[in-house]
Amino acid sequence: MKLRYKRIGIITLTLSLVSVALMLLLSAFNDNLLYSFSPTQIDNNEAPLGREFRLAGMVKDDSLKSLGGVDIEFIVTDFNNEITVRYSGLTPDLFGEGQGIVALGTLIEGVFVTSNNGLLAKHDENYMPPEVAEALGIS
Amino acid sequence: MYSLLGNLFLVLAISTSLLISVFPIVGYIKKIPQWSSFAKIFTPILAIEVLIAYVILTVAFVLDKYEIAYVAGHSNSLLPLIYKFTAVWGGHEGSMLLWMLFLALWMLSVSAFMKGIPSELGSLMLAVLALVSFGILSFIYLTSNPFDLSEFFVLDGSDLNPLLQDPGMAIHPPMLYLGYVGLAIPFAFSVACLIIGKLESSHVAWLRPWLSMSWAFLTIGITLGSWWAYYELGWGGWWFWDPVENASFMPWLIATALIHSAAVTQTRSIFKSWFVLLSIIGFSLSLLGTFLVRSGVLVSVHAFAADPSRGLFILLLIGLILGGSLLLFMLRAEQLKSAVNFNFLSKEAFLLINNLLLLVASLSILLGTLYPLVVDALGLGKLSVGAPYFEIVFLYLMLPLMLCIGIGIHVDWIKSKDKNLKHLKSLAAIILIISLIVLYSNTNSITVLMLLGFWFSFWIMFSTIFLGLKTYKDRNYSYFLKQTPMLVAHIGLAVFILGVTFVKNFSVTTDQVMTLNQTVNFADSDWLFSDLVSLDGPNYSAIQAEIISTSSNERITFNPQRRLYFKNENAMTEADIDASIIRDLFVAMGDPVSSNEWQFRIQYRPFIRGIWLGALIMALGGLISAFLHIYKPTNKKPLL
Repeated sequence: MKLRYKRIGIITLTLSLVSVALMLLLSAFNDNLLYSFSPTQIDNNEAPLGREFRLAGMVKDDSLKSLGGVDIEFIVTDFNNEITVRYSGLTPDLFGEGQGIVALGTLIEGVFVTSNNGLLAKHDENYMPPEVAEALGIS
Repeated sequence: MYSLLGNLFLVLAISTSLLISVFPIVGYIKKIPQWSSFAKIFTPILAIEVLIAYVILTVAFVLDKYEIAYVAGHSNSLLPLIYKFTAVWGGHEGSMLLWMLFLALWMLSVSAFMKGIPSELGSLMLAVLALVSFGILSFIYLTSNPFDLSEFFVLDGSDLNPLLQDPGMAIHPPMLYLGYVGLAIPFAFSVACLIIGKLESSHVAWLRPWLSMSWAFLTIGITLGSWWAYYELGWGGWWFWDPVENASFMPWLIATALIHSAAVTQTRSIFKSWFVLLSIIGFSLSLLGTFLVRSGVLVSVHAFAADPSRGLFILLLIGLILGGSLLLFMLRAEQLKSAVNFNFLSKEAFLLINNLLLLVASLSILLGTLYPLVVDALGLGKLSVGAPYFEIVFLYLMLPLMLCIGIGIHVDWIKSKDKNLKHLKSLAAIILIISLIVLYSNTNSITVLMLLGFWFSFWIMFSTIFLGLKTYKDRNYSYFLKQTPMLVAHIGLAVFILGVTFVKNFSVTTDQVMTLNQTVNFADSDWLFSDLVSLDGPNYSAIQAEIISTSSNERITFNPQRRLYFKNENAMTEADIDASIIRDLFVAMGDPVSSNEWQFRIQYRPFIRGIWLGALIMALGGLISAFLHIYKPTNKKPLL
């Protein structure tokens, strides 16, 4: 009898530990899902406010300007709509006007603000981030 | 001609692998023992055929044979000779061939060292490996053929991705692949045992050096990849939880679990079906890893779907291998059952906890890696899983594991005596004091994570050293020798944790625009932007800055570069790093603001070398383990 209670106790303990662990895992997972949006989707108010998301699109020609120091501002376009992006930090290799980018940041008063390491450019000349291809309607 | 010859040897290899797989299996079922000896005879032939195919491709690279599309796509006449050799595995097709070459070479070594196992088991193992070879070779030949001809005349190749023109990257894939493919050996072993219907612990003893070696190679491969990302991707991170990295990390976690579970299966002859299941999962994950990294599926599920043959083929292959072995597992696992009898406080229990945590960690990474792909493939939107997910989940899973390591190494099999754990509590308390002292001497604001990092690192380190001293003092030298690989690997882990803790908590970074001859102050040093020159490399031109850092006791010159590869219009960063065991100083050059104003990133990274050093010490433990298993030292005298 005693052994049986012990066993039931152990099983209950294990199951509750597992479910707590699973709950924590899934909530961490849920909190860190980063959705991608194109400038058009942002324009349609589809992007979340006050939460990080990924912006995908092309850096518009002649839109890149320095705000002093390592702060820059540029426009990301999907050829239908555009959005101003502010970035602080060194830009990655292969970043430039006319290049596809993905940026991780938040929307603050209509400006997409991103900082250190939040900017991902193409990995090589043949590679286009999938979100960018999607945003630009290329597949 | 190269294309024709290459294809010829591929086809020969395909037929040979089919021979090696069919004969022993049919021979086993029909009970014709002579047929199983086929495997041992034909394995060297398979290895030679694959080797020749590989050499042909290499020669085509060296001699700039651009009639072969793969060569034209991944090489260039200006590419330095050494990178022509390494460019062979610079793309999908060639790296699959390298993968296959390693599989054939592992098979050759298995067939040469089959002494410790019955020939029946050995032949069946080779047959399973040959079946995998058959799948991979057909995949290469039908969908990823490196010998395909160029569609039109190519005057010069389009060059190797500049990021890959680097010594670290040159040896990273072979090491990683040696490890990946090495996991095929425990897989084949387990499947062969399932076919036979029994798994003997003495045969696990035979398997362990192979397992340790593969694990060590995998560890070295991942370490090299992390090191390369640190200095070549330019911005000083060492791990990004990128799908490509996760793809190599998942099999590593399972291989680590497998090593620990092999110890239980060999010593206690239990957990057999668990061991078999883990080895199946391990190899499936390494196949998945190869697939994820090289197939292009990560770049775009859609681009991938545009050429479905490759994707369907490899998914089918993984499905067949995983499905087939799991089916066999369901049919036969019952026969591997053994009487399990152990107490909560025993090595078995601790190793089981180790296995469970490593498996769960691996599966949570799998969830984070595959979920975006699945969602995308189903057309439900584009999303990615942020690095914080992996960091949080991994950390919380590793905390109990790190705690258990320090205790688990001290307990005995079946039921541990309390005296083994004597002093551990006081050790824990002393370590807490040491950690606090180290922390207070480094910073004023201590966080919980910092304290945990230091405490766990010291906990594992001192607990391991304590155990080593204890066995050495007991004059139990042969046991001490047996323990050495474990002690070494765990100390490596402790060093790694210490490195991560330092880097995570005490790194300092600054992004600055600097004008020529300007000095900035950073990390207790003055940094002078003193010069700017342009220079030419073999296949690129570069602008190089000179930054002189002066502190009270040293003066260091940095020469970071921006490189422009001729075949590629964009600039690449070449960081300059002053490395020492205590700290790295890292200077990278960004974009120009004007002709004499440039962006720079300067980083101070304390003990970042500990991360790679720790990982390499772990790998060393694996190699020592393989060595000791092979040479089985029996003398009772101390080695030292």
